[in-house]
Amino acid sequence: MPASYIPPWEDLLRVLPEIVLTVGGTIAMVLEPLLRPEKKRRLGWLALAALLVALWATAVAHVFAGPAFRAMIIVDGFATFFRALVIVVGALAVLCSLNYLERERADSGEYYALVLFSVVGQCLMAASNELIMIFIGLEISSISTYVLAGYLRDDVRNNESAIKYFLLGSFATAFLLYGIAWIYGLTGSTDLSEIRRVLANPELAPAGALVGVSAALMFVGFAFKVSAAPFQIWTPDVYQGAPAPVTAFMSAGPKAAAFAIFLRVYMTAFEPVASRWEPVVWLSALATMLVGNFAALVQNNLKRLLAYSSIAHAGYVMVAVTAHSEIGTAAAMFYLVAYAFMNVGAFAVVTHFARERERYVNVDDLAGLAQRQPVTAALFALFLLSLIGIPLTGGFFGKFYIFKAALEANLYWLTGIGLLNSALAAYYYLRIIVVMYFHEPGEAAATLAPPAPALKVALWSSAVATLVLGVFPSLVLDFAGKSATLAR
Amino acid sequence: MPQGYVLLFLFMAIALAFVLALLLLAKILRPSSPFETKLEAYECGIKAVSDARGRYAVRYYIIAILFVIFDVETIFLFPWAVRYKVLGWFGVAEVAVFLGILIVGYIWAYKKGALEWV
Repeated sequence: MPASYIPPWEDLLRVLPEIVLTVGGTIAMVLEPLLRPEKKRRLGWLALAALLVALWATAVAHVFAGPAFRAMIIVDGFATFFRALVIVVGALAVLCSLNYLERERADSGEYYALVLFSVVGQCLMAASNELIMIFIGLEISSISTYVLAGYLRDDVRNNESAIKYFLLGSFATAFLLYGIAWIYGLTGSTDLSEIRRVLANPELAPAGALVGVSAALMFVGFAFKVSAAPFQIWTPDVYQGAPAPVTAFMSAGPKAAAFAIFLRVYMTAFEPVASRWEPVVWLSALATMLVGNFAALVQNNLKRLLAYSSIAHAGYVMVAVTAHSEIGTAAAMFYLVAYAFMNVGAFAVVTHFARERERYVNVDDLAGLAQRQPVTAALFALFLLSLIGIPLTGGFFGKFYIFKAALEANLYWLTGIGLLNSALAAYYYLRIIVVMYFHEPGEAAATLAPPAPALKVALWSSAVATLVLGVFPSLVLDFAGKSATLAR
Repeated sequence: MPQGYVLLFLFMAIALAFVLALLLLAKILRPSSPFETKLEAYECGIKAVSDARGRYAVRYYIIAILFVIFDVETIFLFPWAVRYKVLGWFGVAEVAVFLGILIVGYIWAYKKGALEWV
């Protein structure tokens, strides 16, 4: 090892998205106290511009694909895929937030800075090939999200949400870190490829039970972040209490990034001991689907309902993880894209409908929305149908590929229960559609103003993306399939 | 288990036993006559007026956070200073980025009024 290490210039290009986002976030933060209050809205556009430039930077980084900074970072198809996904989710969240923050009279500078910093962490997670980088990325993303969850300081629900998220989240991260310490002690490395090499070599491999302890500890951390059972308890409370656009953001972006590291760690480093962790993930996938769907059946609060639905969807992705094959990985990647668009879209409708202080967040409040605002209702119905998994929407192909991958991995029971769960889920999604279309308009729907332009953009782009994924799934799936082969 | 650890554990056990034995011995030998004044936090000097777990201004907390940030900054500067010659201009650039981010944080805190004592 040389006395001092100076990385080559290409390495900086490989982390260009992170650099762009950090600079953008820092500028937004420093401009915040300097601008007059009426001009602060422009910081949202600055954040949006930074995210678009970062999307371009992701493409640039992909041209220079390869390992960077002593292989701590690896830019491959998988990294590019998830980087692009989390950046797009960030942009949609910013579009949803513009009017929300004005409505709640919240200072906006730090909000956008925090969104950008959170996306930095998620991009880093997508591209890290080393456990310490994974941990740092996860922490950057999580800490920003903790603050975002409690952004409206005067709101009791926001405070509750942030405190619960922060306390439980830090606790779960500690487990992850302990798992990292174990595997470092066992293999002498934090590099995923190196760990894999040691574990795959029968002469070097440490005792299976010890590797199992490490994998289990790390599973606690990952399962918490993707809200998989039995570590999903925080999700409904946190999603319900946080501001609606923040919920939209954290139910899609951090979750996708957490699945990215989950897949990378378990498909590369722990791949040689797959027979050991497969039953655990199997059970967790099963429990996550059941808990999410059954609890969602009895919810009346829209945000809480969508929180449980997001748990259930994490369960479907866990089915793909259980399959631990390349097509399983590709199916999980496709599903996360489809899920991000339909879920952010649904939360965008909730953001629009909730009004000041989030007064109207119950399913019953939606009564007669279709008569007052047919377009909004139709878009919401589209997102809900996609969440059910009706053909011609992204959700259908997402589920289709996941169950196909599960069948090819001989997971018949899990596939069967997963399919039954999808049928069960139809009930609570359809209930919302019934209330919107067949009930007489109530006070909440009657007083609803038309959506603001920025929110309209978010709604329509999510809707178009959901439809495109449902009609031409190969656009995304081909890239996912090519990227699912992870570096070893 | 390597032989060295046995000795280490023996050492720990003896140390623990020694401390416990001395404490026990002191407890047996010393006279015990507690009375109110003796049990106060300051036997002579200012009279204690209330519980130590009282309320205090939340501002101390902001100052403490700011202190930690700049404290950590200094800690990060030391390794760079030690390897200054080897790292050359690359090291200078890296530290400039690091300090730049911290200065932005400082400007932000200053403009937000975190340093003002109301």
